Amino acid sequence: MSDFSEELIRPKTEDDQEESCLFSGTGMSFPWLQKHIGTVATGGKKEKDFAQTTNACLSFIQEALLKHQWQQAAEFMHSYFQILEDSDSHKRQAAPEIIWKLGSEILFYHPKSNVETFNTFADRMKNIGVLNYLKISLQHALYLLHHGMLEDANRNLSHAETWRYGEKSSSQEVLINLIQAYKGLLQYYTWSKKKMELSTLDEDDYAYNTASQNMLNHSWKTSVNLCALIQTPGVWDPFVKSYVEMLEFYGDQDGAREVLTNYAYDEKFPSNPNAHIYLYNFLKREKAPREKLISVLKILYQIVPSHKLMLEFHRLLRKSEKEDHHKLGLEVLFGVLDFAGCTKNITAWKYLAKYLRQTLMGNHLAWVQEEWNSRKNWWPGFHFSSFWAKGDWKEDKALACEKALVAGILLGKEREINLFSVDYLGCENSALCHRRWVC
Amino acid sequence: MDLEEAKEFKERCTQCAAVSWGLTDEGKYYCTSCHNVTERSKEVINTGAIPNTKIQAISRGLKRKRKLEKGWDWYVCEGFQQILYQQAEALKTLGVGPELKNEVLHNFWKRYLQKSKQAYCKNPVYTSGRKATVLEDNPSHSDWDSEPDLLSDFSCRSFVESGTDSQPDGCPQKPFPISKASQSETASICSGSLDGVEYSLRKEKGIVKMTVPRTLAFCYLSLLWQRETITLSDLLRFVEEGHIPYINAFQHFPEEMKLYGRDKGIFAIESWPAYEDIYKKIIEIAKFLDLPRFPDITEDCYLHPNILCMKYLMEVNLPDEMNDLTCQVVKMTGIGEVDFLTFDPIAKMAKTVKYDVQAVAVIVVVLKLLFLLDDNLEWTLSNIAEKYNEKNKEDKPWFDFRKWYQVMKRSVDEKKQKWEEARAKYLWKSEKPLYHSSIDRAVVYKRREMVVSLQKQFSTLVDSAPTVEKKSPSSFQFNWTEGDSARTCFHGHGLQGILKKKGQSMTTKNSLYWLSTQKFCRSYCKHVTTYEESNFSLSYQFIINLFSFLLRIKTSSLHEEVSLIEKRLFKTKYSKTKKKSRSRKGRKY
Repeated sequence: MSDFSEELIRPKTEDDQEESCLFSGTGMSFPWLQKHIGTVATGGKKEKDFAQTTNACLSFIQEALLKHQWQQAAEFMHSYFQILEDSDSHKRQAAPEIIWKLGSEILFYHPKSNVETFNTFADRMKNIGVLNYLKISLQHALYLLHHGMLEDANRNLSHAETWRYGEKSSSQEVLINLIQAYKGLLQYYTWSKKKMELSTLDEDDYAYNTASQNMLNHSWKTSVNLCALIQTPGVWDPFVKSYVEMLEFYGDQDGAREVLTNYAYDEKFPSNPNAHIYLYNFLKREKAPREKLISVLKILYQIVPSHKLMLEFHRLLRKSEKEDHHKLGLEVLFGVLDFAGCTKNITAWKYLAKYLRQTLMGNHLAWVQEEWNSRKNWWPGFHFSSFWAKGDWKEDKALACEKALVAGILLGKEREINLFSVDYLGCENSALCHRRWVC
Repeated sequence: MDLEEAKEFKERCTQCAAVSWGLTDEGKYYCTSCHNVTERSKEVINTGAIPNTKIQAISRGLKRKRKLEKGWDWYVCEGFQQILYQQAEALKTLGVGPELKNEVLHNFWKRYLQKSKQAYCKNPVYTSGRKATVLEDNPSHSDWDSEPDLLSDFSCRSFVESGTDSQPDGCPQKPFPISKASQSETASICSGSLDGVEYSLRKEKGIVKMTVPRTLAFCYLSLLWQRETITLSDLLRFVEEGHIPYINAFQHFPEEMKLYGRDKGIFAIESWPAYEDIYKKIIEIAKFLDLPRFPDITEDCYLHPNILCMKYLMEVNLPDEMNDLTCQVVKMTGIGEVDFLTFDPIAKMAKTVKYDVQAVAVIVVVLKLLFLLDDNLEWTLSNIAEKYNEKNKEDKPWFDFRKWYQVMKRSVDEKKQKWEEARAKYLWKSEKPLYHSSIDRAVVYKRREMVVSLQKQFSTLVDSAPTVEKKSPSSFQFNWTEGDSARTCFHGHGLQGILKKKGQSMTTKNSLYWLSTQKFCRSYCKHVTTYEESNFSLSYQFIINLFSFLLRIKTSSLHEEVSLIEKRLFKTKYSKTKKKSRSRKGRKY
C-alpha cells in the first residue's frame, strides 16, 4: 500500500506523529541532516531570511502542536501561510499539503474552532494545488464522520468521487477507490442499522417487506463501492469485514469465501493476521473440515504465535489423528507461553500441563526435550522464579498450581531443581495439586 | 512595418543569426525571424525625428493591446529615490535633525546620480547610447560646495518633492533633463519602470549600481556625516523592527508607479540587512561618491568610544565604575583619537570604524582584565563579593559576577526567544504582489488573495490582541530597575573587590590575561582571525554571545574586534609572544 493511503486510514490521534515524519517518506527523520541538506541544496549561497524565518515558523508550529498549544500554533500558522507565495516553486508546491496537515490539526483541537471553520478551511485548501483535492476531501469526510455528520460526509465523498482532473494518475485511482470504499462503509452503516430495525419487525408485517427491499438496495450499492478497493493490494480490514457480512447475509457464501481467501492468500497483499482470522472464523461458521481450519491457523501461527486463537489451534491439533499435528500442538503451546502477555493465561498452562503428561505418556520424550532445550536457559527465570511463584500463589492459586505442575515436569525431567523452582515445587504439597499430579 | 527604419542596424541576431530587424514600440530592434528583442535601441539623433515617432505611435495605438497596468513613466533610480525619501522621513520621525534629509542625504544622492551618470551631467545614460557619455566635469574633482551649481533650480526642487504623496497636482516631475521621446510612449514590456530591463542588465565597470541594501548605506553615511546618535547596529535593528522602510518599501510608492517584471528583482527584498554586508557597502559607496573627510568624531560625540562604552555598560547592566577602565583602555589603544575615528573615504585605505562593535569589544577586554574569564577566577571573585555583600548589607554592594550572569542569562534568553518568535511571525509579502510577466499576474494575485483569506480565517482563532505589538524605537533594548530581583540593576555596584590600591592608582587584583587570538592570519583571505566557540571558556562564550546578540552581529566579528583591540593594547607583548609563544601575561595600571 502506498504511503499516503496508509496515512489516510490512520486514526486522527496519530496525526502528531505524522507531522514529525512528514518530510521523510521512510518515517525516519534526522533534523541535523535535513539542515545540512538544506545548505547543500542552496549551493553554498546564503539562504534568504524569508526561507529561514518560514522554516523557523514551521518548527514553532510543530513544537506548539506537540505541546498542545493550539492558540500559539494558530498564531504562527497565520504567518506560515506566506509560504504559499514563496518564490521557490518547489517549496511553494509542497506547501499546501503541509499547511493542510498543520491547519486541520489546529482546527481539530482549537477551542475557538468549529465545524464551519473547518469546512471553510478544507474547501479552500482543496482548491490550492489540484493534487491534494482527493486527499483533503477524504480527510474532510473523516473529520465530519468524527463529528457524527454522516450525511455531510457522504455528500463530501460523493463530490470527491466524481472529481476528475485531466488524466488520473495511478496514485489517484487508489484514492478514488478509497473514497468509494468509505462511501460504501457509510452505506454499510445504514444497512446494518436497517438490519437491526428489521430484526425487531415481525416477518408478516407490511413494513418488513419494504424494509428488506430497502436493505437490499443498499447492499447492492455498497458492494459496488467496496469491490474495487478490496481488489487492490492493501490492508482493508473494516471494508472486507462489512462486505463479507453483507454477502453472508444474502447467502452468497461462495462470494464471501472468495473474497476472504483472496484477501488472505493473495501474494500481492501485505501480510495481515486479520485476513487469516476472518477466513478462519468464516470457515468455522461454515463448519469446514478440521484439516482446512488447521491449514488456515498454521499461517496465523507463523505470523502471530501468541494469538489467542492459538489455544483453539492447539485443541484442533490435539484432536487430529496425525502424529505431526500432535507434535505441532506441543510447539504451539510452548510458543504461546513464550510471550510475556500470556504468562498468566491459565488455560494455556492447564493445556500445557495436561498435554505434557499426555506426550510423555505417549512416549514422545524427544518432542518435549526438543522444545525445552531452547527454553531451559530462560524459562525458569521467566516463568518459575520465586518472585512469580509468590505473586501467583497470592493472586491466583489455580494458576500457581498449573505452573507448578509444568515446572515439576520440565525441571524434574532435567533433574535440575534449582533455586527458582523450589517455590513451585514446594506448593505441590497442596492437596489440589497433589490430586492432579497423581491422576 | 518598421523595417524601413531598422535598415541601418546591420548586426546579426544573437539568437538566429539573421539580419532582419524591425523596430518595437519602444524603439528597440527586434528580429523579424525569431522575435528576439535586443537591448539596442534606435537612437533618436535629432529632435526632428520626435514628431515622426509620435505620429507612428499614435497610428499604432489602436492595434496595440494593453496587457499591463499603465502608470507613470518612471526610472529605476526614481524608485530608489522614493525609498531614500521614505527612509529619511522615518529617520526624521526617529528624531534625527531635518538637515539630514534636506541637505546631507539629498546631496549624497545627487552626487550619486552624477557619478553614475544618470543625471546632473552633460550626457546622462538615458538620452542615448550608454557608452557615449563622459562627464565633462573632472571626476576627481571633489569640491563639495561648488557642486550645487551644476543643478538647475527645477531639478533641485523636484528632488525633494517628487514622490511625496501630498503633491498637489499628482503629476510626477522628472528630475532628469532627459528626452525620452523614443521610449516614453509605452512602458517597456518586461518592467513597470522604463529602464528596469536595461538596469538589471547593466554591468558597467567602476559604477556602483544602486540596490535596496545600498539605500541603507546612504542613510548611514548621512547619519555619520551629521554625527547623529544612531549607530549602524541601531539603524539595522530599526529596519528589522520596521521603524525604517526597507522590506517592501516599494509598497508605499505612489499608486501610479507600477512595478512588475524586472522591477521585482530590483526592489523586492527577502532578507534583513546584515551588518557586515552593509558595512562593506558603506565604504564602497563613500569611495564611489568620492566623499571628502567626514566631520571629526571628537570626545563629545556619541560615536566616541568613551560615550558608547558608557551606553553599552548601561545596556548590559554592568557597573558604572567600569567606565574608568574602558576609558583607560581606549586611551592606551589610541582608538579615541580623532584621526582614528573620523571616516575619510579618500584616504589610502578607506575604512570606517565600526563604532558600536569596537565599543563593545573594549568592554569585553575590560571584563577579561577584571575577571580573566577562564571559567575559574570570575567565580572565585564572585564568592568573595557574595560574602562581602552578605556581611555588609548597608554598604554599596560589590559587583557579583555570578549574580550578574544569572540575571543577564535569563533576560537575554527571554529576549532572544521573543526575537526569534517575532522573526518567525514576520510577514514578508507585500499587499501589492510583484509578478514577472502578465501571464503571472492573475496567478500571483490569486495566490495573494488565498493567503489573505486564510490569514483572515486564522486570525479569528488568535486572541484579539495583535500578535506582534510594535515596539517604539529605542536605542536601549533592556531596562534595569532597582528592586526587581529578576531585573536587578548593577549600575551602582562597586568594583572594590576586584581592584586593589597600588600607590596612588588602582590596579586589578587579577594579574593574568589571555589573548583571544595569538596569531593573526596574514594571508589574503580577508579575515584576521577565526572564532571556534568550543576553544574558549564558557564565560567568554557567554559574553561574546550576549554582545553579538545585542548588536545583531556574528559572534566571529565581535571576536575579531576584541582581538584587534588586544593587538593594540599589548602591542609590545605581541612581538614578544612571537618568541615566547606564550600568551599569559601580567598587566598593571
